[in-house]
Amino acid sequence: MSEGEMTRLKEEVEEKKKLISTLRNKPWRMRRRLECLKDAQQFVEKFEGALGKGKGRKLYAFKVMMTKKWIKFNRDFENFKTACIPWERKIKEVESHFGSSVASYFLFLRWMYGMNLVLFGFVFGLVVIPEVLMGLPYGSIPRKTVPRDEQAKAMDFSVLFEFGGYCKYSFLFYGYYNNQRTIGLLQFRLPLSYLLVGVGSFGYSLMVVIRTMAKNSNEGGDGAEEGDFTFAWKMFTSWDYLIGNSETADNKFASITTSFKESIVDEQENQKDENIHLRRFLRVLANLLILCSLGGSGYLIYYVVKRSQTYANMDEDELSWFEKNEVEFVMSLLGLVCPPLFETIAELEEYHPRIALKWQLGRIFALFLGNLYTFLFALFDEVNAKLEREETIKNATIWAMKEHYSNFSELNNSTAITPLSINPADVMRGPCWETAVGIEFMKLTVSDIQVTYLTILFGDFLRALAVRFLNYCWCWDLEAGFPSYAEFDISGNVLGLIFNQGMIWMGAFYAPGLVGLNVLRLLTSMYFQCWAVMTCNVPHERVFKASKSNNFYMGLLLLILFLSMLPVVYTIMTLPPSFDCGPFSGKQKMYDVIIETIDKDLPAFLGTLFTYAANPGLIIPAVLLMVLAIYYLNSVSKAYKHANNELRKKMQMQRDEEKNRRNNKDSTNQVMKDLEDLLPKKSPISASAKENTANIQPLSELGDKPSKVSQKPGAVATGRGVNLQRDVSLAMANPRMAVTRPPGPRGPSALPGNTLQVPGGRGRGRGQNPRR
Amino acid sequence: MGTTASQLPKDLLSEYQELTFLTKQEILLAHKRFTELVAKEDRNDPSPRVPMSKILTLPELKSNPFRKRICHVFSTSESKDGSLTFEDFLDLLSAFSDSATLEIKSHYAFRIFDFDDDGTLDRGDLEKLVNCLTGETDDTRLTPEEMKQLINNILEESDIDKDGTVNLSEFQHVISRSPDFVSSFKIVL
Repeated sequence: MSEGEMTRLKEEVEEKKKLISTLRNKPWRMRRRLECLKDAQQFVEKFEGALGKGKGRKLYAFKVMMTKKWIKFNRDFENFKTACIPWERKIKEVESHFGSSVASYFLFLRWMYGMNLVLFGFVFGLVVIPEVLMGLPYGSIPRKTVPRDEQAKAMDFSVLFEFGGYCKYSFLFYGYYNNQRTIGLLQFRLPLSYLLVGVGSFGYSLMVVIRTMAKNSNEGGDGAEEGDFTFAWKMFTSWDYLIGNSETADNKFASITTSFKESIVDEQENQKDENIHLRRFLRVLANLLILCSLGGSGYLIYYVVKRSQTYANMDEDELSWFEKNEVEFVMSLLGLVCPPLFETIAELEEYHPRIALKWQLGRIFALFLGNLYTFLFALFDEVNAKLEREETIKNATIWAMKEHYSNFSELNNSTAITPLSINPADVMRGPCWETAVGIEFMKLTVSDIQVTYLTILFGDFLRALAVRFLNYCWCWDLEAGFPSYAEFDISGNVLGLIFNQGMIWMGAFYAPGLVGLNVLRLLTSMYFQCWAVMTCNVPHERVFKASKSNNFYMGLLLLILFLSMLPVVYTIMTLPPSFDCGPFSGKQKMYDVIIETIDKDLPAFLGTLFTYAANPGLIIPAVLLMVLAIYYLNSVSKAYKHANNELRKKMQMQRDEEKNRRNNKDSTNQVMKDLEDLLPKKSPISASAKENTANIQPLSELGDKPSKVSQKPGAVATGRGVNLQRDVSLAMANPRMAVTRPPGPRGPSALPGNTLQVPGGRGRGRGQNPRR
Repeated sequence: MGTTASQLPKDLLSEYQELTFLTKQEILLAHKRFTELVAKEDRNDPSPRVPMSKILTLPELKSNPFRKRICHVFSTSESKDGSLTFEDFLDLLSAFSDSATLEIKSHYAFRIFDFDDDGTLDRGDLEKLVNCLTGETDDTRLTPEEMKQLINNILEESDIDKDGTVNLSEFQHVISRSPDFVSSFKIVL
């Protein structure tokens, strides 16, 4: 076989392979596709062998075999991945009963669960397991032992539930970890690993969130303007094919009808502004009220945290349960009470429902954020107080050590001093602020879980029970009127999930056990909420679309991620770690671990490299470069948007021109009109060509279109044909001879010295030559 | 096929995987659900055909207002009775699956909405479409004036060449810009 034939054959084989891979995109019947596939496969098999002749035969055959195996492996892996995804049945059931918007909450929950599972894997595998397996056991050193005065109550359930006692001195919290540089046979560097896992979990979460956001925005369609195709979209895309329940289907029918009627009558919400001043005043008043309540809730939290500090100094037995858990209780209560309060105040404002929803979400977001940050600031006060106390205790311990040494040398008169051998439980201990912070976050998460579950139980389940069973003996119809069954509050639940995740991100550095707790919580949440939604909730009356809000919630998650990263980074960079607990004890700052590692473990040149890289002279230009890059990318994206808009306007203009042309209205552009009259119409080109040769009597045809239509060969007999023929005959009014005959050959007019022939050459193809 | 109709042969399974957007588990599940619908006397038939009335008992299709049209569009029977073989059923699931492309979905959506099968969506098709979407009872239906206004609005938006009908390319033009279409045009077994 010649080279040319080989390459051609190769091309054909490649084509067939491409055809095989794109067969599923073709809207044919399965039979036809099967036959096509079989043909293509046979062809490929037959000629692939033939192609493999010559020098590279064995290699070619090997390559072919590897590609086939790779394709099969990919397909099996995809199948395996889909099989691993949990809870598909459950979510599908919810989807068929409630539509895609409620199901989007459960999809979000599942996605969160996956992310938390990965984070848990990191923390557990790289921090907890090494310390537990290779580090010192419980009771060997002071930080791992319950102090003597707490030991009596260390096993009490109430103490354990508050994360005191044995819980506090376990691997769940920061304080348990030893600051040995390397542990075990493998020389595992625990402090370095702790720091890197803490920072790395933020990095991983950031990457995952941004990747999901990018994927969501890609599916967003071509980005037409909102108002472009409202009616067409309502018609063609409003039905949710996942609905499998007749009750939901009826609801959907009702909502579609309502939305049709609303758009037809054209915005009844656009009231003529009866009293714009009153409305403005009410809106300002509403915003003031809400600002007041936000401020009030922030102050309440601050006050309660301050009070809890004074309680911490008092004896534990004198405090009631309420006083001990005041902070968490108040925070959860605020999160429960304020959103409905905002909704009632917002009724003063009289916004369009979609705008009102946006305001409501924004306000709830501000509430949660304010609460969280007030809590953090109050916590920081506590941390500072603990740091001061630590100074005194540190001095006291050092003093006690010196005392012991001087006494020892006095009594025994020797220089070989054995270190103080006290039972670890009796050693004087610093307050260990990191563990305290970790405990606060743990308690907050636990109370959050309690509040969520109790709300679902009482708010949804008991309500549903009451409505169902009291309905038999009640004066009015409980199911139709007040209170009726609850609807699933999507935005409230999603926001709760996002904020819970923010707290986890903040607290995971101080309490490695927090991520495990969250994984458990998400797991139980999935089952519990699926059960609750199927048992106690009814589908929404107005079914909202889930699509555009996906990126909105992801954007919120991203914001929360950054906001929760700030306190942790601040702690790592500025606050000094406790001197006697945690993996960084004894260092000035937590990031000193990295410097130590660079000095001791990495080769020398890397150390000098890092010192150069940390030089401000290098960092400032790098930051400037990044700022410039951002500016450049921003202007490029603006230019693209502008170009996009221009293209869209052009398309719109073309569409309008087409509409005008088809409707035979006067085109606004006179030049365009003249041009259109000269050019042949695009559809009946063949008909007009026939007409030209058969009969050229343009002007007389204007009057009697229908009769002429029936005589012409190839005339289109349907109703559409009449219009077209009319267009054609109008166009025929112009002299067409000049255009339909091709212009005559140019002749050697371009050559110099042949000027005499130019007029002749040009004149051959044309009837009139103005030059003459 | 050589084997009993209750088991899907392996080579056919891999070909179906190649030709549709479904994974292996989905194809096997589809096969299981389909054979449950096959009448007892047809069990030994190599490619059994299930009548439309039985297909419509599937919970995924039961509440769908377009269920009859879906069966008609995917059916390959000569008598045009909407009955489906297993391959038609797979075609259906593939077009409605999560990974199907926008082109496939819009192509089939157009054919489903084309009630009179003439290749375009004219006024009659659109009217029937609206009636399907607004439900069966009288109080949810639109009045004739509302219907006329609605259809005028739709044609105004989507009919580019102003011929009074929406053809396939105009339909695809409108649909490709919708952000909701792909996620709502989904049926999962």
